[in-house]
Amino acid sequence: MGPIVPLFEIPEELNLLIAFLIGLGFGFTLEQAGFSSSRKLAGMFYGYDITVLKVFFTAAITGMLGLLFLNYFGLIDMSLVYLNEYYMTSAIIGGIIMGAGFIIGGFCPGTSVCAAAIGKIDAMYFIGGGLVGIFLFGETYTWWEKLYNANYLGMVKLSDSIGVSDGILALIVIVAAVMMFWIGEMAEKKFKREDISNEI
Amino acid sequence: MKTKGNTYMNPYLAGFLLGLVLLASFYLTGRGLGASGAVKSVVVSSVATVAEGHAMSSPFYSKYLEGDQKPMKAWLVLEVFGVLIGGFISGAVSGRLNFKLEKSPKITNKKRIMMALIGGALFGFGSQLGRGCTSGAALTGMAVMSLAGYVTMMAIFGTAFALAYFFRKNWI
Repeated sequence: MGPIVPLFEIPEELNLLIAFLIGLGFGFTLEQAGFSSSRKLAGMFYGYDITVLKVFFTAAITGMLGLLFLNYFGLIDMSLVYLNEYYMTSAIIGGIIMGAGFIIGGFCPGTSVCAAAIGKIDAMYFIGGGLVGIFLFGETYTWWEKLYNANYLGMVKLSDSIGVSDGILALIVIVAAVMMFWIGEMAEKKFKREDISNEI
Repeated sequence: MKTKGNTYMNPYLAGFLLGLVLLASFYLTGRGLGASGAVKSVVVSSVATVAEGHAMSSPFYSKYLEGDQKPMKAWLVLEVFGVLIGGFISGAVSGRLNFKLEKSPKITNKKRIMMALIGGALFGFGSQLGRGCTSGAALTGMAVMSLAGYVTMMAIFGTAFALAYFFRKNWI
């Protein structure tokens, strides 16, 4: 029965070892996928390389289906699995700022760590920028506090908010992802940039 | 190697494996993956070391300095340390370890560095406002079917697409 750590008395050292091993798998797969290259990541937004879409949605669907099956067979207590809290205003504005950071900087926090690990200098500066950005948020927190806590809607599930079962939502997400993969692969042919693909 | 460029894993296979790592995290700990949280821990610990009084009186830093927050902080830092080592191992086995500043030939190194710093700062700031980044809010949030996860994902990718034209010289 999972989740293991909240249900059983796990020594702190073992818990931290689990953290390290999960990170190890996370970093290894990100790098193998090519997320250590800013021009490969940016290819998503110009159509010449949609690896981001393929990896991101395949991973989200694998995780989602895995949780559905674990729950179905009674192998996980979903009430102990963290469900993201929905603060509508800050989720949207925070997401917009992150999107700008993505297209300007070429990474997100996880990919920048994995890229810096193999020697990407642009990624090291991105991490430096990230530290500054978080520090600035911390120092100016009181200016944003109201915005940060505005429109709190609780731990809402998308399936509940559109009124379908979890299984139907999973089906919708899978169908949408397959359609996006199909369109994306056509875009990769149309916006092909061999000069860039040979470099990254 | 006959072909130029790097050989990466099939993206669907890589996505599947990443999904299994995510699932393992849920099964073992009840939480998914994260990245920005560890960077925040570094900032909070640094501020607390340099100016303890300032950190304790700040409503932002003090939230993460209370006793029960410590295990979570250590967990995230260890996880991201794993990302660093995992990325390094992958780069080593695939022959991709070398120092490189990646950019379009149309811009200078200096401009790329400026853009990386600005982009990083925006991402760091946004991840605090949005309560998590692409890993913790978007990917993990989508796997648990949270509305917040889907909204954050659409805001991140939608904005990047909308602004792509203006920053095209940096990449293509």
